[in-house]
Amino acid sequence: MPGFTLPSATLLAQSVLSGIFVGALYGLMGLGLSLSWGLLRIINLAHFAFAFLAAYICFQLASHGVDPLLTLVGIVPAFFALGVLLHWLMARFRMTTFNSLLLTFGLMGIVEAIIQTIWTADFRKLESAYANQKFKLGALFVPVPELITLVLAVSLALSISAVLRYTDLGRALRAAAEDAPIAAAFGVDQRRNGLLLAGTCAALVSIAGVCIALTATLAPSQMYAWIGVVFAAVMLGGLGSAIGPLVAGLLIGVSEAVTMAVTAPSWAPIVSFTLLIVVLVLRPGKAA
Amino acid sequence: MSRTTLAILAVAAAMALLPLAGLPAFYDALLYLMLHWIVLATSWNILSGTTGYFSFGHGAFFGAGLYTTSTLLARFEWPFLWTLPVAAAVAALLGTALGAVVFRVRSVRGELFALLTLAVTFVVGTIVGNTPIDGGQGVSLTSVRVPHIGPTQSSTFYLLALAAAALTLVVARAIFYSRFGAGLLAIHDDEDAAEVMGVPTYRYKLVALAISCALAGVAGGIHALFLSYVTVGEVFTITVPLTVVLMSVLGGTRHWAGPAVGAIAITGLLYSFTAADHAVAGKAAIGAILIAAILFMPDGILPRLQRLLPKKSARAVILSEAKDLGTTTHRDPSPAAQDDREGAAPLLRVSGLHKRFKGVRALAGVAVDVRRGEILGLLGPNGSGKSTFINVVSGHYAASAGEIVFEGRALVGTPAHRIAAGGIARTYQIPRPFAHMTVLDNVALAAMFGGGIATPRAARIAALEWLDFAGLAAKADALPDELNLHQRKFLELARALASRPRLVLLDEVLCGLTPSEIDSAVALIRRIRDQGATIVFVEHVMRAVMALTDRVVVFHHGELLAEGRAADVMQRPEVMTAYLGRAHA
Repeated sequence: MPGFTLPSATLLAQSVLSGIFVGALYGLMGLGLSLSWGLLRIINLAHFAFAFLAAYICFQLASHGVDPLLTLVGIVPAFFALGVLLHWLMARFRMTTFNSLLLTFGLMGIVEAIIQTIWTADFRKLESAYANQKFKLGALFVPVPELITLVLAVSLALSISAVLRYTDLGRALRAAAEDAPIAAAFGVDQRRNGLLLAGTCAALVSIAGVCIALTATLAPSQMYAWIGVVFAAVMLGGLGSAIGPLVAGLLIGVSEAVTMAVTAPSWAPIVSFTLLIVVLVLRPGKAA
Repeated sequence: MSRTTLAILAVAAAMALLPLAGLPAFYDALLYLMLHWIVLATSWNILSGTTGYFSFGHGAFFGAGLYTTSTLLARFEWPFLWTLPVAAAVAALLGTALGAVVFRVRSVRGELFALLTLAVTFVVGTIVGNTPIDGGQGVSLTSVRVPHIGPTQSSTFYLLALAAAALTLVVARAIFYSRFGAGLLAIHDDEDAAEVMGVPTYRYKLVALAISCALAGVAGGIHALFLSYVTVGEVFTITVPLTVVLMSVLGGTRHWAGPAVGAIAITGLLYSFTAADHAVAGKAAIGAILIAAILFMPDGILPRLQRLLPKKSARAVILSEAKDLGTTTHRDPSPAAQDDREGAAPLLRVSGLHKRFKGVRALAGVAVDVRRGEILGLLGPNGSGKSTFINVVSGHYAASAGEIVFEGRALVGTPAHRIAAGGIARTYQIPRPFAHMTVLDNVALAAMFGGGIATPRAARIAALEWLDFAGLAAKADALPDELNLHQRKFLELARALASRPRLVLLDEVLCGLTPSEIDSAVALIRRIRDQGATIVFVEHVMRAVMALTDRVVVFHHGELLAEGRAADVMQRPEVMTAYLGRAHA
């Protein structure tokens, strides 16, 4: 065990803040995954590849002088279409949940290879006007790109949750997830709704990808590093929930950051996964 | 020893001579990797492929073995070969500890199990990396002496992996064709039904996981020395589990040799890409192959190939085998010896039985005696607790309170598989056959577990008799999907009978059948009783109830409403009210 050093209050507050920022990104990455798993019964590992593809496209456009946030205008519809296309293929073959996991893992490998061919395996960092901007709030530093991520993550989670809860489309989606044949008997067009939702999930994850480009260094193999912790957030938050992954993501992010501050950075992974194991074993009903 | 086992050993022995031919070291390495992945994929399949509990934690077990060996070598300077059994034991211990917790939680199945085991990989990895086991810098084994087994160092690794692969394949094959293997495959299709049929599901899963982990641990131990420098980042990743899943799915998970076929295919492919300096293209190709395999060969390569071969009817094979064994195929299929000495004591005595589901009282203090040799009708409107009664007696649900005594033994708290082996069989209202097993194997499973027949071969012979008895012999080779409802119901009956029960619980076997099908079912049930079994018969079809039952009990709102001869009981006003409601004139 490394020695425990109790950090100063400012340092601790700063790490809680950075935990919140990282956690927001976990939540945003998990949003599409959770909806797809909970409502479509598809575990879409390709989401991680989509996020990185979006990040690299954003990086490419930004290096030509386009504002990174402006790239969303093109990236979001493009990934919506990609998500629809993928779901159309999977729906045609009537995937089981488990086979969807394997199929999208295969897709992930293909996208990784494509990214590696175009952008090489080297690390890339997006340069933009506000990449290194930060301002001081009391004794704490607030980096601008991270703040943008947090705002996006919270507003998207809230609006998706509102759509699921209060609109006919949201009710139809939840009904179809609960009992597909009965929902169909009540006139729910599952094919259309499924395509729509899958497109939305891919669009959401592409936004997460742009946030990754803004805040982190990119390398193709990095996409695998996200799988474990984002899955932990999704399962802790509850499948099919929009707010849940964000809350769980924040919880994981903050506890990781505090663990890092108190012990050593290398201990961080144990937090999220121990949390996940405990939840699965003690309250499996919540995750299922 | 079977012919296939001998063949595996013979091939391994022949392959062991290869280094003498003086192959370039390069081929040693390629063959080593192939064999290495055969061990990992085949061992993974022992639990995961057969039962459907897809583990993504194989990296953790592999890593446990790897770090056990490297610690023993680097720190304690053990001789290498002695570290391998310890590596296997440590990995098995880790798996058993995990399984002992996880397999107790009923809802951790399928994807949840996959993610949980994945999480374990990262937790174990973090612990190893942050403790002196690794220390964060990795462990170097460059100064460790590699034992001189082959003429060169690389051939030594090849021979070690060859031995491990041969061992793994022999073990996997032995399991696949045993009672144990049949039970594991049944868990895949319907775990609850398997348990009720007498498969000790918890113990089987735990043992399968332990064997699977031990073999992965051996592979890890050998790989530690092969790598000669091990780091946490390289070992505890998602790569190992995903690769073995890919290999097994590609080759076919429902056959012992499937994962090996997949391992050879994938390693060969990867090699041909890396050799030609197209590592990136290789990654994409693997992805594309995986997608194509899932879409077009969801069962894997091996089952696809098997389908091309002409298939002999299982029935013909068994009949010829039975002749070889000298068994009479027309053994009297009567249930185990019936003991009339206890005459007066009821076969099953249920008293004060309660079952609550949170707020709902499904059974509220039911007392029923079932007499030896009778057909007892269990009646009552929908939701009166009839099916719950069967579920509690068969051990599927635990009773909230009350006593169940069968042949003088208390059943409350006994696991369902013990109850099944102890002489109680049940059928499901909606038939729950094992979807991936043939009709014959469905019945053979019941004969093996409930009926206590030790070998699958003998069980199939017995199963064929029960299929004859139920009139399903012509369908022995069919999959349950190919049967109509009437045949599926009869399959349920044949399965229940094959466990040679003294008490059969029939849950609405007639529901959904046509009048003529009902007649043949009624005749079959009579013949079952004539064999000496006692029957509890839940049914709504009154014609059959009148024709068959010696006595009926009526449930209403989880309580016993009436008891007696069917014709009398159904005339009683309280029974008519329960069924038809009260007149509000």
